[in-house]
Amino acid sequence: MQRHFDKDIEELKDLLLRMGAMVEDSIMQSIRSLLERDTALAQEVISNDDRIDQMELEIDRRTLELIAKMQPTAVDLRFVATVMKVTPELERIADLAQDVCERVIELNREPPLKAMVAIPRLAQDAQGMVRAALDALVRRDVSLARSVITQDDSVDQQTEQSFRELLTYLLEDPRNISRAIRLTFIGKYFERMADGATNICEMVVYLVEGKMIKHAYGTAHNR
Amino acid sequence: MTITIAMPSAPPGTAAVREIESGAAKISVRDFDFFYGSAQVLHGITLDIPDQQVTALIGPSGCGKTTFIRSINRMNDIIPEARAKGTITIDGRDIYAPGTDVVALRRRVGMVFQKSNPFPKSIFDNVAYGLRIGGLTDKRSLREHVEKSLIRAALWDEVKDRLDDSALALSGGQQQRLCIARALAVDPEILLMDEPASALDPTATTKIEELIWELKANYTIVIVTHNMQQAARVSDRTAFFMLGRVVEYSDTKTIFMNPKEKMTEDYVTGRFG
Repeated sequence: MQRHFDKDIEELKDLLLRMGAMVEDSIMQSIRSLLERDTALAQEVISNDDRIDQMELEIDRRTLELIAKMQPTAVDLRFVATVMKVTPELERIADLAQDVCERVIELNREPPLKAMVAIPRLAQDAQGMVRAALDALVRRDVSLARSVITQDDSVDQQTEQSFRELLTYLLEDPRNISRAIRLTFIGKYFERMADGATNICEMVVYLVEGKMIKHAYGTAHNR
Repeated sequence: MTITIAMPSAPPGTAAVREIESGAAKISVRDFDFFYGSAQVLHGITLDIPDQQVTALIGPSGCGKTTFIRSINRMNDIIPEARAKGTITIDGRDIYAPGTDVVALRRRVGMVFQKSNPFPKSIFDNVAYGLRIGGLTDKRSLREHVEKSLIRAALWDEVKDRLDDSALALSGGQQQRLCIARALAVDPEILLMDEPASALDPTATTKIEELIWELKANYTIVIVTHNMQQAARVSDRTAFFMLGRVVEYSDTKTIFMNPKEKMTEDYVTGRFG
């Protein structure tokens, strides 16, 4: 039976996907602004962040309205809970893309540091994880979600590697300090985007299977 | 969400002592079939209803939940051509065994109906009714029992100054709590509630639900409700009935958050139909 509620759920899903697409764009553009030293593009990402924030508020408003009016249960309840957890995750990822762009603008005021070492790959991997997490959410694809979660360790390692490499630049020449520190921040921002993608994937597993797998809950609390 | 609290065993010698510890099955149902003439309305019902918990029965109209709840105190016996097969045991004793004292059974298993049905008597006499039938005549003792029952039913403060007024002068919600007090007066162990709040306004409904919460410390409660949110709010366990069968029986939180059966999910999300 088609319910009026299904229309509300569909609309909420569309909004979340539109927000997801906007966040993906922000990440992509932040990477481009970094690699191409494009200050104008970085500024564009920063100014676009307001739209993503507005989208978050709109989704929050609709979600709360839906809970109040429809009192969702079972898969509907899990969907609404997922939206409420995923939306701030996306907003945070967009903020991180904005942070990348702020550092890019600062970096562009100085000559480029010889190489950005592991950062471009780290950035691409984090972007790929966010995209895959959103795909898993749209398709309710648990195996994709689980495979994204396993990639998080590799991103963590790359972040660590890029930090160590930047450390050598720092030690080598004091003139590198501000740029190397900014790049270290950027590495951390991408690493946290990947964390966000992991959190989204954990909610996909919850949505589909009703199991909370974050922290150690996967084993102890699910039957 | 259900919070399970480990209940310490009551000290020996108190009225709260039960043969079965909290959480153990008070009512055990095995392969229970029920027929009205040749029409079978319950099919192989098998479930354990725990002591000192609230068990909700949900399901669409005609699914058999009311027939089932009425089987627990053999209320269906009065229907001609009604026939039961299988067993229902309370504290390990089969209530359908030959020689069962049905009157004594119904004293142990009280019932509250959808529509409050006070007798056209005073508030006091309504609550005292079962006690008097049971042979209690001592006025002081009657008064104490009536007061205790009205307190348990969260009605005492509202009626203590007008116990001699007609019960029919009470509001719908008060009448329903009076019926609960009347059921509690004979000190039952199990309370069956067939849509006890469906005819009440939201405030009266909340009072009944709060009361159910309080009563479960001392009674085993089985409630039939069409209000799914009510089942979710008041019960510890929920059984979903469909076409005379139990489709799923589980912790209430599982039924409402992550049911195992597609049919349960469709029903609790309102997709059913």
